[in-house]
Amino acid sequence: MCLAIPGRILSTEERDTNRIARVEFGGVIREALLDLVPEARVGDYVMVHVGLAISRVDAEEAEETLELLRSMDALDYAGADG
Amino acid sequence: MKYVDEYRDEGVVRALVAHLACQVTRSWVLMEICGGQTHTIMRYGLDELLPRQIELVHGPGCPVCVTPLETIDKAIALAARPEVTFVTYGDMLRVPGSESDLFRVRAAGGDVRVVYSPMEALKLARSHPERQVVFFAIGFETTAPANAMALRQAGREGLKNFSALVSHMLVPPAIRLLLESSSNRVQGFIAPGHVCTVMGLEQYETLSREFGVPFVVGGFEPVDLLEATAMLVAQLETGRAEVENQYVRSVSRRGNRAAQRLIKEVFEVCDRKWRGIGVIRQSGLRLRAALGEHDTEQLFDLDDFHAEEPAECLSADVLQGLKTPPDCPAFGTRCTPQNPLGALMVSGEGTCAAYHRYRGVAESRGRR
Ligand code: SF4
Repeated sequence: MCLAIPGRILSTEERDTNRIARVEFGGVIREALLDLVPEARVGDYVMVHVGLAISRVDAEEAEETLELLRSMDALDYAGADG
Repeated sequence: MKYVDEYRDEGVVRALVAHLACQVTRSWVLMEICGGQTHTIMRYGLDELLPRQIELVHGPGCPVCVTPLETIDKAIALAARPEVTFVTYGDMLRVPGSESDLFRVRAAGGDVRVVYSPMEALKLARSHPERQVVFFAIGFETTAPANAMALRQAGREGLKNFSALVSHMLVPPAIRLLLESSSNRVQGFIAPGHVCTVMGLEQYETLSREFGVPFVVGGFEPVDLLEATAMLVAQLETGRAEVENQYVRSVSRRGNRAAQRLIKEVFEVCDRKWRGIGVIRQSGLRLRAALGEHDTEQLFDLDDFHAEEPAECLSADVLQGLKTPPDCPAFGTRCTPQNPLGALMVSGEGTCAAYHRYRGVAESRGRR
């Protein structure tokens, strides 16, 4: 129930008092409200839960930690079996 | 899918498992709080990949499972009324009330609609002014902002035929209850990543300081959960008890302040009963008086519902990490996903349903 899914903002528009985006989730496009992530721009990834974006994905942080995890994979534990 | 697939990478999973095996020197009991995380752990069999010294127990973090039986009965009674269009998230359809469920009400002709977002419930109210649209506003802190936004909007528009049956819950008071219990076995927690996306880390820092227990905020993919487990074990093995954040791509220390303001504007904290656990002080959210016009319980004359859980159901112990589903005599026999006895068997995120689906009955019992 608490799942939020990362999607990429394709476009944004103002409608009534809301800021609404078209967001792509692995090929599926849905609308999401951006009111709580005013800093999010087209091309950014946002975490969307029941139609509302609750955070903008921090791409830099994500890349950094992934790099770290991948290097661990390659160097320290190559061939390790668990 | 970006930010999903990378976190299911087998090589990284294996590396993390190996890393954990080198790290751990003694037994630890850890709890993942959120049902979404329980689901991932069962689906990928992560608990079986971990070194044997690490025991994962499953927490109370499935809002569908802990919505009180009385509230489900109220929802069912409302949905059966001829003037009502009852709007709910899909997960709630099959949750068993005392005698029926929303699915059966719909099959019997009740106007029950499933929506993906609360904004769709608002749309229904706007386009059907002749109907009373009742929205079942359940969930934890993750869902509270979206539900709050719909309610605030209804208030601004003066949408008279829109109301919400509010049964919101807050995670930290349930964790506190668990930590205060003399039977608590949990030594470290994986905190719920999306609840913390909204609320930030401060409440968990308080709990960590007060009880000397480590928390690591974790995401929802296998790599997230294994990394969070490794971070927790590193803390425990070195005698630290802090709040750390594994899920940095979504969670900041302060959380989403705009979301927190929105929740405060629409809701206020109240005591709340949790299904299977009982009343937990200051663990719920209810509508503020200013939005009383949109409060289903004030709008409709509802009987007082008192309901008893089936005595056989062990959900209270399962929710607190004291028992696992195969300990329950009804598991897989009198209680199945098609015919659930307790709420933990309903939602895909309920611990009993996750065991049943991914592990099967015989295998769960054999592994005990
Ligand atoms: S298997 Fe069913 S009856 Fe047993 S604890 Fe789980 S939900 Fe309750």
